[in-house]
Amino acid sequence: MVRQRSTAPAPWFLVVPGLVALAFLVVPLIGLLAQAPWGSFGSLVTSPLATEALRLSLITSLVATAFAAIVGVPLAWLLAREALPGTRVIRALVIVPLLLPPVVSGVTLLAAFGRRGLVGQYLYESLGIQLPFTTAGVVLAEAFVAMPFLVITLEGAFRSLDRRYEEAAITLGASSWRVFHRITLPLVGPSLVAGAVLCWARALGEFGATITFAGNFPGVTQTMPLAVYQALESDRDAAIALSILLLAVCIGVLIGLRGHYLPGSARS
Amino acid sequence: MTVRVDAEVSRGTFTLAVDATFESGTVTAILGPNGAGKSTLIRAIAGLQAIDRGTVSIDGQVVDDSASLFIPPRERRCGVVFQDYALFPHLNVLDNVAFGPRSRGAANTEAKAVAHLNLARLGIDHLAERRPSTVSGGQAQRVALARALATQPHVLLLDEPMAALDAETRIEIRIELERQLADFAGCALLVTHDPLDAMLLADRVLVIEDGRVVQDGSPAELANRPVTDYVAALMGVTLLRGTASDGVLNLDNGGLLHIADRQLAGRVLAVLRPSSITVHRQPPEGSARNAWPGTVASLQPSHDRVLVMVNGSPSVTAAVTSGAIAELGLSVGTDVWLSVKAVEIDAYPNPTR
Repeated sequence: MVRQRSTAPAPWFLVVPGLVALAFLVVPLIGLLAQAPWGSFGSLVTSPLATEALRLSLITSLVATAFAAIVGVPLAWLLAREALPGTRVIRALVIVPLLLPPVVSGVTLLAAFGRRGLVGQYLYESLGIQLPFTTAGVVLAEAFVAMPFLVITLEGAFRSLDRRYEEAAITLGASSWRVFHRITLPLVGPSLVAGAVLCWARALGEFGATITFAGNFPGVTQTMPLAVYQALESDRDAAIALSILLLAVCIGVLIGLRGHYLPGSARS
Repeated sequence: MTVRVDAEVSRGTFTLAVDATFESGTVTAILGPNGAGKSTLIRAIAGLQAIDRGTVSIDGQVVDDSASLFIPPRERRCGVVFQDYALFPHLNVLDNVAFGPRSRGAANTEAKAVAHLNLARLGIDHLAERRPSTVSGGQAQRVALARALATQPHVLLLDEPMAALDAETRIEIRIELERQLADFAGCALLVTHDPLDAMLLADRVLVIEDGRVVQDGSPAELANRPVTDYVAALMGVTLLRGTASDGVLNLDNGGLLHIADRQLAGRVLAVLRPSSITVHRQPPEGSARNAWPGTVASLQPSHDRVLVMVNGSPSVTAAVTSGAIAELGLSVGTDVWLSVKAVEIDAYPNPTR
């Protein structure tokens, strides 16, 4: 990474609002830590409610991310190479879940995969599969909301990839599968990790679509954000403790990936 | 292992139209200015670019007939050295070279053995474990060549293999490349915009301008009888157009020159070499049949000489020593006389018009 030596002090009209933005982002985190019930913290975060919700959150968000990667990477490739007719329309459709209020996403999922939904009625009648109010429903809701992050990140990476690497591989006799998994995919590796982390973080924090489509049943569909929300109504200390736990998980992942893959970090 | 191209490739308003055959055991340089369509030609042969009209065949087998048949690149046995080499950045040098054999079905250890062999042949086996980003430009060029040769291609296509190198490395790599090309049994095509590469590496030069082949011949023919201003400029000579009859050449842009060949008639081209033109301050006397006045337009040092561009009828470039510049007191705007012997003018029929 090239670091330019600044020759002049940063202008005040950028420094002042910039510092306001920084304070705005950091003060709530400090507030959370300042109000934390440190005395009972240990027992709060090890309560069955907390551990069950954390376990569920980690499992569903990781499964949702894996699903998003398996089908989202190919979609990103198709978009980048404009292999489908109407690429611009498709790209707009992919972004819709990003813009949609999560509760509305939940409603659309119900309309599609609910027991009387467009697809859901057949799943239920012929296969006996019910998605709403199940753990699978949580994964579905998280994937729906989070996958666009992965697709958009990967599409940019595929698009900016120097095509000559793939051309070189083709002239050397590689099959299209070999070109993809030995050349294309490794070259977009950093973007794949970055997109997956964004996707996973969004899935982990998913609330609106989950509670609408999957409900709030402890042990089945009650993920961390739902548990925090419920705790806030009855036990404020528990809500703060759970929030700190979630924050710690996120920061842990950030630190773990720092300097390796995240965009903006130093790359060799 | 002949490559036959009779094809057109269109891209927007640009069309490349080539009708040429490339024999095995020969090295053909594709020379031309940027955007002339040189790379498009080798991409069409490699199968990285489908043609719009005509056919491309390799070893007598049609690989692209622009309609129903298109053999994909992986089945064409073309080794390509890309501009800037396009070495896979995430694989080390050995795996880069082993990629081709591995892709063509060799076992891992076998592919690596082939890779080591090809690296050793180019004297760079010690770089096997290095990443492409850590080797020099000249080394990267050899790795790219080793990678292309490791699949034992019938056709070797090199796209500006020297463009990324600095002047010193170029000389060294050119010698190396000359040796490698001499060893290569198949048909080799080398895209370049450097006439020196074409002169030293190729048996034949195909000059492409604006998507058309404007000259096709040996390097010597190119140097002695350029047919376009682009080629003449590359060779450092002045190209004049005119009509000849009975030993007199009437130039299109004004002026008249005596030439030695009295049989030559009709539309002709004439080459004036800077070294055969003499510059005087006074109207010259002597055996030179041609003498005409002019004004110095510019002076440009070139190696141990100075190139003097003189406006006149015709306008030409003369090469003089820096001592002569001082002796004659030449500067921009100086009125001079030029002379050239009729036997020094190489005139030949104009093949283009």
